[in-house]
Amino acid sequence: MVAVSRKISAGPVFPGAEMASPESIITVKGINKVYPGQVHALKDVDLDFPAGALTTLLGPSGCGKTTLLKIIAGLLAPTTGEVLVKGRAVTGPGPERAFVFQDFALMPWATVLRNVAFGLELRNVAPKERQDIARHYIGEVGLAGFEEKYPHELSGGMRQRVGLARALAVNADVLLLDEPFSAVDEQTRRKFQEDLLRLRETERKTFLFVTHSIEEAVYLSDRIVLLSRRPGRISQIIEPKIDRSGSPDEIRRDQAYLDIVEEIWQGLRQFVD
Amino acid sequence: MDARIDDVVAARLAAEPDERARSRRQLLAWRLASIALFCAAWEFAGRIPINLAFPTFLETVEAFGEMLADGTMLRAYFITLQPLVIGVVLSGIIGVSAGVAMGLRKSVEWVGAPVFIVLQAAPVAALIPMVTFIYGIGMTAKVISVCLLALPVIVLNSYKAVANVNPSLLAMCRCFLGNRLQQIVKIILPDASPVIFAGLRLGISAGFIGIILAELLITPTGIGDLITYHRAVANYAHMYASIASIIVFSALTLTLLQWVEVTLFRPEKQR
Ligand SMILES: Nc1ncnc2c1ncn2[C@@H]1O[C@H](COP(=O)(O)OP(=O)(O)OP(=O)(O)O)[C@@H](O)[C@H]1O
Ligand SMILES: [Mg+2]
Repeated sequence: MVAVSRKISAGPVFPGAEMASPESIITVKGINKVYPGQVHALKDVDLDFPAGALTTLLGPSGCGKTTLLKIIAGLLAPTTGEVLVKGRAVTGPGPERAFVFQDFALMPWATVLRNVAFGLELRNVAPKERQDIARHYIGEVGLAGFEEKYPHELSGGMRQRVGLARALAVNADVLLLDEPFSAVDEQTRRKFQEDLLRLRETERKTFLFVTHSIEEAVYLSDRIVLLSRRPGRISQIIEPKIDRSGSPDEIRRDQAYLDIVEEIWQGLRQFVD
Repeated sequence: MDARIDDVVAARLAAEPDERARSRRQLLAWRLASIALFCAAWEFAGRIPINLAFPTFLETVEAFGEMLADGTMLRAYFITLQPLVIGVVLSGIIGVSAGVAMGLRKSVEWVGAPVFIVLQAAPVAALIPMVTFIYGIGMTAKVISVCLLALPVIVLNSYKAVANVNPSLLAMCRCFLGNRLQQIVKIILPDASPVIFAGLRLGISAGFIGIILAELLITPTGIGDLITYHRAVANYAHMYASIASIIVFSALTLTLLQWVEVTLFRPEKQR
């Protein structure tokens, strides 16, 4: 039921040379990031992100995943190298990218409706129009009926759904998610994963996803980028071509799925010791 | 979300307003009970009596009624409130603007912060005689006394509030393409408002201290005059009534301010 074809290279991979395709929406070229105090967070990162795919960044803690995501988002400037989004160099945040924050970043004084509509509010979309759009996405993430609630009245999982709806509402091509599920319980997480798979089908967006969970990465991704310990560089790129026609439980029990999980674990182990 | 959970959620949503109203009523009941207890203790202490100069609660209420009836109380408040209101409004406007500017711009911070940190640390009451020396005993001196006490805490709170705005909300605003003005108006000010308002409340109560000090130290006028006069003629019930009235008045002002804050800036705190 799970057809697996993957490409695993042992040494450093330069996907720019190998996989450059017209459909790559983000290109990361020669990124280095050195934080003050000579903390070398990222080293010579070259990557391509295919449009419409869900790519996961996976790696040991502190290897620079958040740093890479923030550089792509335009929130952080790289020390050297550049990021191209749809062929144009990134100098700051842009309308083609939307971010889902690990700590939700919701305004506590605003209702769910206003929070979700906030990206549109900042773009001066008329109140009626932006609220209609926000209502639609609140429904999409399963929060219909909670429009007038405040963040402190919601659970962690619900808050993250608000963050996701806000990112969807601005209709960006690329969604950048930094460990969006790390603060929610396992059940919510699984429900969320299903939602994400469904949203990926309906919204046709490119997802760039940071996670700590190997299972989650294999379950969700078209492509997994494994980063090495700091200074983070690309150590492997894996494409788990999972046939998602079965039920979530069937997929999770499938031997091929488990094999990939095991293989990634073996690959990451060298960084743990 | 499956149907069962939806039902539970719907039921909870429906029950919530009731619950909130009930807990609000309970809170009010407890507050009233605590005030009643305080008044009873006062009455009891006055009857022992713990001191000949200490009137009972009922005597004090009576004296208050008397001063209200003959107009002395209103006249005193009229005099006291003028420099107080002017001073507090000035301190509020100048203090919040200066503090916010200090939080937003490093250059303003370097110029402004040391002045107010020193002012806040200084026993400002000691400066009031000097104010009299320079500005005489009129309105100006009293307004300055109020500002001297109220301004530093308002400035420093506003400054700290703005300097410590949640960085992830700032990143969020940038990410969704907010410009600097939107960032200030839609993120920084609302996020800072609880601490700014805390500073305003502290500043207003300091302003009350300032005006009473001025009225006691500069020239006895208004409420300060009532207190000194009734002490001098050993009308202790009247003296206590004047003191209690200004305390209650100050407390009511602060409650009003809190209400304004919650209604205008932080609607979520009403829940
Ligand atoms: N502002 C900063 N100043 C200095 N060093 C930093 C800064 N931010 C991150 N670092 C360092 O850079 C490295 C990469 O950080 P980053 O947050 O990108 O890691 P991460 O892969 O997201 O880790 P985690 O999985 O724990 O979230 C870490 O070693 C961190 O200590
Ligand atoms: Mg991180």
